[in-house]
Amino acid sequence: MRKLLLLVGALLAVHVALLFVRPSGALEPPSSEGLDVGIVFDVGGRGDKSFNDGAYLGAMRAADSLGARVRFIEPGEGSDREAGLRLLAAEGMDLVVGVGFIFTDDLTLLAKEYPNVRFAGVDLAVANDAAGNPITPPANLAALKFREEEGSFLVGALAALLSRETRVGERAYRPTTRVGFVGGMDIPLIHKFEAGYRAGVRHVCPECTVVAQYAGVTPEAFRNPGRGKELALSQYQSGVNVIFHASGSTGLGVFEAARATGKLAVGVDADQYAEAPGHILTSMVKGVDAAVYDAIARAKAGTFRGGIQQFGLKEQGVGYVYDANNRALIPDALRARVEALRDSIVAGAIRVPAERES
Amino acid sequence: MSDATAGATAAERADRRRTLLEEAVLPPLVALAIALVVGDLLILTFGQSPGAVFAMLLEGTWANAYGFGQVLYKATSLTFTGLAFAIGARAGLFNIGAESQLAAGGFAAAVAGLALGGAPAILAVPVCIAAAAVGGGAVGAVPGVLKARFGASEVIVTIMLNFVVLALLNYVIAAHLHVPETLHTPEIAAGVPRLADLSDAFRGSAANAILLLALAAAAAAWWYLFRTRPGFELRAVGLQPDAAEYGGVDVGRVWVRAMALSGAVAGLGGLNYVLGYKHYYEEGFAAGSGFLGVAVALVGRNHPLGIVIAALLFATLSQGGLAVNALVPKQMVEVLQAVVILAVVTSVPEVRRVLRAALRPAAKPAKAAA
Repeated sequence: MRKLLLLVGALLAVHVALLFVRPSGALEPPSSEGLDVGIVFDVGGRGDKSFNDGAYLGAMRAADSLGARVRFIEPGEGSDREAGLRLLAAEGMDLVVGVGFIFTDDLTLLAKEYPNVRFAGVDLAVANDAAGNPITPPANLAALKFREEEGSFLVGALAALLSRETRVGERAYRPTTRVGFVGGMDIPLIHKFEAGYRAGVRHVCPECTVVAQYAGVTPEAFRNPGRGKELALSQYQSGVNVIFHASGSTGLGVFEAARATGKLAVGVDADQYAEAPGHILTSMVKGVDAAVYDAIARAKAGTFRGGIQQFGLKEQGVGYVYDANNRALIPDALRARVEALRDSIVAGAIRVPAERES
Repeated sequence: MSDATAGATAAERADRRRTLLEEAVLPPLVALAIALVVGDLLILTFGQSPGAVFAMLLEGTWANAYGFGQVLYKATSLTFTGLAFAIGARAGLFNIGAESQLAAGGFAAAVAGLALGGAPAILAVPVCIAAAAVGGGAVGAVPGVLKARFGASEVIVTIMLNFVVLALLNYVIAAHLHVPETLHTPEIAAGVPRLADLSDAFRGSAANAILLLALAAAAAAWWYLFRTRPGFELRAVGLQPDAAEYGGVDVGRVWVRAMALSGAVAGLGGLNYVLGYKHYYEEGFAAGSGFLGVAVALVGRNHPLGIVIAALLFATLSQGGLAVNALVPKQMVEVLQAVVILAVVTSVPEVRRVLRAALRPAAKPAKAAA
């Protein structure tokens, strides 16, 4: 007994001694001056190489160039989302950002409760009222939404044009009028990608058909590379040369199938070239970083406003990758054609549908 | 002579009781002290000051009403899952399925709430509570029946049922019950009061009256396990199933009963979110509390009182993890929870050995006198 109490006492003594160690470079808790920004990630958290990491990058850029002090919270279970937002709001942050559509309810609730704190939600879902008009979020809540359909339109056009080439880079292909699409969870958010993609394909190649498949109806469909590979293999074997995926890490299976069959895939959200070099035609990038940076910059400049903010091609909120990596895969003539389409969309000459035709 | 013997036995009994108490209380204390030191070292590796981080952790949990409310909220779920594991463990069953039993309970409560529509609370709340118990109990009973009938290992069955049940619930939600662009069901009308309704200081915290249900469940579990005949049978089966069977206990029935009960208690945990907090079922609403319940029961030594205390400890770490997230990654808190578990597991036999060794010289002369 005495021995054990001595042990506990000794451990506690060590603990108390360690409490006073203060390494150089230790962070100080947030202070009242300057711009304080809080970010709550989705449950998936950082390290997803797309969505959450995009928000992280945007915030870090704001920290560097705008001097914002940024605090991050990574929630564990579902109920931690509201708790995380609330912790930040209660500390009087200048701006609190929730990353992902799943924050919609929590952000709307908190924006009403803390009218003096600015909130922003990436991909915030905006419900429609009975008459079909969008219900505007509270004045201190910005819904950062993306026109994914516009970026998808461009990669759709590119995919259709390339499918009819006999050579892409150093490999030979049999030309085809079939182009592929693999979606993650079968929900309206992903239907936007499909709708834009279809429109892009049809615009440059009216006789082309799009083979579209979804990995599932649960959130698991965004984390199922096995299913992604299965769907992609069957599409490639049916003659498809290019598949666009909008399916989170399920897409890693699509890339795997592209590698196995020597065909091409289009990445999503971030530049995914490194996942399968030589097989990633391009990626439809979503500028989560730009949107988050923009919200922070507005908060600093005092021009922050609530409501729906759309980031499309015009705002460079979406786009496609064209750089040293994939230049060899995309012939200059095709690139020029796609750039012309981009200009037409920006100018408003082409309107891209956000919903699938039924 | 007979007086002396009686006196010796009484003293011996008192001694034994003290030893048992020490054996129950000391390991968690040793474990906690170890965890604190390991935590300090971890924090130092992140280049932060342990003093600042622990201060922030306490500030974000026990030092303000909101944080304390959050701790109570999380402790409520953990009390249910900890009790669920303990009931199984007392019967010698390793129920690692609280995760899905809790989800099934929450789902059943949400469906019952939706079906009842605007029924008065006095009817709706008890029905939802019963639905949660039945939902969790049904999922829990399956491994019990499979073990009793076919000898299937309850460890494997409960683990696999987690996947089956969670996937099934996700499918039903996604295909039939969800509100568009969300992962949850419509809101139900039934609900219990929040702590925030009592005092404005708790504003925003999720703590609610299900807390009382958790305490009642802990008391009932204690009564059942230690003061009733079925509870005695359950513990006898847990200690030595063959001996219990020889003594006339239907072991298979006890297994089924224990698993159903265990699942029902875990299912009640789903009410904390569905009836007390958000009033809807959402995919992954309490992800992790089922598994953390195993740790809570382990640290609480499978005793209801210990479980309530351990639930508070783990809830503090969990909420505190959010509060200190600015200084250290949340994984640090998860590592800390794991260290507590490991330290308890290893210190239980070690503490017993040390205590028994100390007891032996004292016990011997007493025996000689008798």
